[in-house]
Amino acid sequence: MKPRIHAAVAALLLVASGCSAGSSATVAKDPGTLAIGYTAEPANFDFTRTDGAAIPQALLYNVYEGLVKLDADAKIVPLLAESWTVSEDRRTYDFKLRKNAKFSDGAPFTAEDVKFSLMRVKTDWTVSIKSTMDVVERVDVVAPDHARVVLTKPSNGWLFSLTSRLGAMFSRTGVADLANKPVGTGPYTVSSRRRGDSIVLKQNPAYWGTKPAYSTVVLKYIKDPTALNNALLSNGIDVISAITVPDSIPQFQSDDRFTVVEGTTNSEVTLAFNNARPPLNDVRVRKALSYAIDRKALLDTAWGGRGTLIGSMVPPTDPWYEDLSNAYPFDPAKAKALLAEAGRPNLSLRLRIPNLPYAVSSAQVVASQLADVGVTVTIEPLDFPAVWLKQVFTDRDYDLSIIQHVEARDIVTFGRPKYYWGYDSKPVQQNLVKADAGTPQEQVDAMRQVARRLSEDAAADWLFLFPNVIVAKNKVTGFIRNQVSESFDLTGLAPR
Amino acid sequence: MTVKVLRRLGILVAGVLVASIVVFLFMAVLPGDPAQVALGVNATPELVAKTRAEFGIDRPLVTQYLDWIGGVLQGDFGRSYVTREEIGPALTDRLGVTLWLVGAGMLVALLIAVPAGTFAAVRHRKADGTALSGLSQIGVAIPAFLAGIILVQIFAVQLRWLPSGGWTPPVQDPGEFLRGLVLPALSLGLVQGAVLTRYVRSAVLDTLGQDYLRTARSKGLRPFQALFRHGLRNAAVPVVTVLGLQLSTLLIGAVVVERVFVLPGLGSMLLDSVASRDLLSVQGIVLVLVVGVLLVNFVVDVLYTVLDPRLRGS
Repeated sequence: MKPRIHAAVAALLLVASGCSAGSSATVAKDPGTLAIGYTAEPANFDFTRTDGAAIPQALLYNVYEGLVKLDADAKIVPLLAESWTVSEDRRTYDFKLRKNAKFSDGAPFTAEDVKFSLMRVKTDWTVSIKSTMDVVERVDVVAPDHARVVLTKPSNGWLFSLTSRLGAMFSRTGVADLANKPVGTGPYTVSSRRRGDSIVLKQNPAYWGTKPAYSTVVLKYIKDPTALNNALLSNGIDVISAITVPDSIPQFQSDDRFTVVEGTTNSEVTLAFNNARPPLNDVRVRKALSYAIDRKALLDTAWGGRGTLIGSMVPPTDPWYEDLSNAYPFDPAKAKALLAEAGRPNLSLRLRIPNLPYAVSSAQVVASQLADVGVTVTIEPLDFPAVWLKQVFTDRDYDLSIIQHVEARDIVTFGRPKYYWGYDSKPVQQNLVKADAGTPQEQVDAMRQVARRLSEDAAADWLFLFPNVIVAKNKVTGFIRNQVSESFDLTGLAPR
Repeated sequence: MTVKVLRRLGILVAGVLVASIVVFLFMAVLPGDPAQVALGVNATPELVAKTRAEFGIDRPLVTQYLDWIGGVLQGDFGRSYVTREEIGPALTDRLGVTLWLVGAGMLVALLIAVPAGTFAAVRHRKADGTALSGLSQIGVAIPAFLAGIILVQIFAVQLRWLPSGGWTPPVQDPGEFLRGLVLPALSLGLVQGAVLTRYVRSAVLDTLGQDYLRTARSKGLRPFQALFRHGLRNAAVPVVTVLGLQLSTLLIGAVVVERVFVLPGLGSMLLDSVASRDLLSVQGIVLVLVVGVLLVNFVVDVLYTVLDPRLRGS
């Protein structure tokens, strides 16, 4: 019988070795093709009716374009608008449009499409961010290449949100099946998709602008961080769009096949306080907790020391950034004193977090540091997004939570008393209004006031700013270091 | 025999119906509102209410259930809240991936278990036979995902012979398809092979002790010859039963292995759909899985009667 077993083993080996022949690369055979790995897959292609970061990440600036975009320095620059002017009263915007832009269904891009797209946000979009467009009073078609937008009141936030998915331009003849067939003016079109696996983007031959260097980009969706790393290590992909667990970074840094690009994001990892409810409606308690947490130590433990300590809801890429990370230096004695003063020497708090790696590891540090000042913390991981959204976010049934706030300029959420922070401050609300209506300088001044006030009130504890860590094969260049827009911008990527 | 098959068919249908109700009720009590998840943070209560109406989840549970099961009976699984796609075609697509995986895993398992189990049984008093059954004991203890992780480390990350994951449909590129299937099939199959080896070994051992084999041996046949000519069919009966049971385990193993190897099968669809509270999709997937398991049991039962004529009368 022995020979038979040998034969079986030999056959298996033969299969394995036969398979290995002539294959060191899988996707990367063609130099014009780039494969990028992401962790979150778009549920569908319709960001007008489906929330989440994954759809704009894949489509914005790549398949859909807006009038303006955010460049690598977080500055608003022209895209489908060649230029624009703002009226004296800051309510009227005149956009001069590119004449040669076309949608991928062949329709030319005109001021009619601007009107159609911007007004459509009010009528057809169902995602919550659409409310930023409420301030649009009307859109006038002055000429085919001239669109005028009139706002009900001045709003800096409105122009900024035009750089997001809210500003995406849609074809009047291309919105029948947005979930499956996106039609935009961008340098790429969606060529195919395999749900649970990948989306393939192909260069748009009729693109008005500079053609991107890669003719095909494969967006590979790999939820498990280890599997994502393995795909890069085994040539399955060329780029990891964002590392979600820090342990693997040194491995790539020490391997000369790869380049590690590190920058910042808009993503503040925040220890949320329930400001509306005892005991955290007492500013002394909130301050005590802020003094009790050693954020440097937390960052080292939870994210391998990568990331930035900011001490506010403002990332360094916003014009009104100020380093407030020293507002509450680590001081357990002071924390204890404040708790005693508040009459809460023995406090028990519920820390209800999403069951995500960064939150779980941060929560453990927070719990142990708060234990040192006599605060008992019970960590309750909740299924994310469904259960966390319902219980913490909607029902506000929590004392503390830890979550990444990923949206750009989301400091404005502190102006909404009904938001889950439960934070209600007239000065903050007034300054936010002032900032939105004012000139660029007035905006900067007022926003600084907001951030300082939030810090004084210890409205939350900003643990750290999530780093943007891209890992790529050496041959790929042109990444945007700081993740400032909603898009993973493919247009600047090029082979070395 | 016809009566028996019909009775089994009845059990199958009843099982599916009960399962559909259980799944439906389970999804209904699961915390988390599909509309809220779809709309995300900042959604106003009005918007959530509107979306709940659009999904039809504001209606009474009984209406929702009857509507759903009525559609399913006509082959319409509805449209996903999240992907906005018809669920039926998506299910077929994903099922294809899972079936390839389970099939290939089973093939690997059989390729290992039949020779190894037979060998271990025939030589159960010898060192090599004992060693082989010992090895299978170790194999049983290794979960499929761990086997997968180890295989990926060796063959994908270190040697770079095979992809660490991903799926290429066979029609698109048969070579790439096979390369992608090797590691997942091995990680499922090695563990299952170890499990099956033990069953094959004991079944063969059992057969070896039967009178007719002793007769065959006394006629001058060597142990393997006697076994092949007279014993294997008899040994196959318990093995087929176990095979049927193991198929269900394999299906569960496939769910995990799909995650490790990023295969767009039914398992990964199920996990994604649960996370996004895509109720209709979850109901559809679970129903398909239940039908699959019940079907396997049904086929095993029928096969059992075919293999062993003694069971036909009962």
